[in-house]
Amino acid sequence: MIFNSIQRKLLQDKAVRTILLGAASTSILIVVLIFLFLGKEAVPFISKPGISALWDSRWIPVSFQEQRYGILPLLSGSLLVTFLATIFMIPFGVISAIYLSEVAVKSEREILKPFIELLAGIPSVIIGFFGLVVLGPVIKSVFGLQTGLNALTGALLLALMAIPTVISISEDALRNVPRSYKEASLALGASKIQTIWRIVVPAGLPGIIAAIMLGMGRVIGETMVVLMVTGNAAIMTLNPLDSVRTMTATIAAEMGEVAFGSSHYAALFWVGIFLLLITLGLNIIAQRVLRKYQMV
Amino acid sequence: MVMSPQTPTKIETLGLEVFYDTQQALFGIDTVIPSNQVTALIGPSGCGKSTYLRSLNRMNDIIENTQVKGIVKIDGTDIYTNGTDLADLRRRVGMVFQKSNPFPKSIYENVVYGPKIHGVKDRQTLDELVETSLIGAGLWSEVKDRLDKSALELSGGQQQRLCIARALAVEPEILLMDEPASALDPKSTARIEDLIGELRVNYTIVIVTHNMQQAARVSDFTAFFYEGHLIEFGDTQTIFTKPLNQQTEDYITGRFG
Repeated sequence: MIFNSIQRKLLQDKAVRTILLGAASTSILIVVLIFLFLGKEAVPFISKPGISALWDSRWIPVSFQEQRYGILPLLSGSLLVTFLATIFMIPFGVISAIYLSEVAVKSEREILKPFIELLAGIPSVIIGFFGLVVLGPVIKSVFGLQTGLNALTGALLLALMAIPTVISISEDALRNVPRSYKEASLALGASKIQTIWRIVVPAGLPGIIAAIMLGMGRVIGETMVVLMVTGNAAIMTLNPLDSVRTMTATIAAEMGEVAFGSSHYAALFWVGIFLLLITLGLNIIAQRVLRKYQMV
Repeated sequence: MVMSPQTPTKIETLGLEVFYDTQQALFGIDTVIPSNQVTALIGPSGCGKSTYLRSLNRMNDIIENTQVKGIVKIDGTDIYTNGTDLADLRRRVGMVFQKSNPFPKSIYENVVYGPKIHGVKDRQTLDELVETSLIGAGLWSEVKDRLDKSALELSGGQQQRLCIARALAVEPEILLMDEPASALDPKSTARIEDLIGELRVNYTIVIVTHNMQQAARVSDFTAFFYEGHLIEFGDTQTIFTKPLNQQTEDYITGRFG
């Protein structure tokens, strides 16, 4: 009898454990499935134009002479825009977060917070409109360009979109820094600014880094704004004032009209795979950094 | 009400009143804290003893809408005048908190934090400060081989002694302690109490405690606070054996609190 009931309990334990494990593994399964799906559609490309066709500096998938499927210009476009946007969003996002959590008085915070949240809620198409009609022409006249639709315009708008994320997550991180750390610092004679820079920000750094990584993730995956304002010229360049074309914009623009099963079709899946690898890499780096700083 | 001790005065308060918003936390506190002695502040929760302690290094300033009236003199100088250098005041008046609060940095970095804030850059001076401060806090022998390890790896009692070392590193004259042993086990508490006995040679110590025996064990003078008023102040022996005030006697004998 007793033995039986123990056995039943063990069995129950095992069943519950299996169910929980299954639920927890779903996300792994989905990631794997997405990779498999992307891979399946991309594989034919390996035999026909050959995988080395991807390492090309030109992307001309539709041509009467010779099709070119080089993803390098798309890669450089995405990286350039993301890099620039990150440069803009770090100071704005982090300084705003510090101001909101450490310096602002209650009434200031009550005005600022809703506007930041509002900014996060603006549809990307509307931001794209703003870029086309306002920011683009400004950039064009400031730098004396032929077109204002370039990497810089895109990066500024993407930073604008990512900043609310960076602010709210960084602010949370800073708010979670124990009050006792600040008190200890102030009681040793440190000023408010010294306390912020030497204690609060370092203690909140993992959260701030996570915030920046999430902001970058948002930027590199964003499609609509870059489609509208970066000019969509697949050029390999590091010049912020050149028009570029990102990986996301390419997929979004071409997937709708590509011949199913063609080399062009498979090439677009390769673009997708690289995009996924980049975001995965970003996440892994973010987690590494988080782990490293959490201990200290 | 105030019995004037026979030793030189370090801290003096005159008509000290503290308000949080509209709520008054301290009412006309007159005290004379003697130099190089341990003064214990006792009283039930919410009686104002922590508020009093925090007004001695102006830590009440960081709480929004706090108002302080009256005079607090340290070595005869009012610390609430406009010209007061807060950084220097807090260097001279160190503080140890109820819950040990080492920074999430290495043991070494915790100790040198204060000196660095006050402009000490020389590596050798910092090294010496770390050693003397940790020796002063009775922690050196336990941590000297792992100064670069995280302070958060230390035990609770060690963390609190590190906080004391951190406070000592800026070479203060006064140490304010807000229930420094209340979160510790009996053995660690005993270590802290022994330490307080050693520190009184070089520092003026004001300690808030909930523990009556602790006050009796470690202090030379005792102040009893009740509902924001200073009820009685005198040498510890008198307060604990023949208090002048009925409320003091009731509290000490455990009739309320």
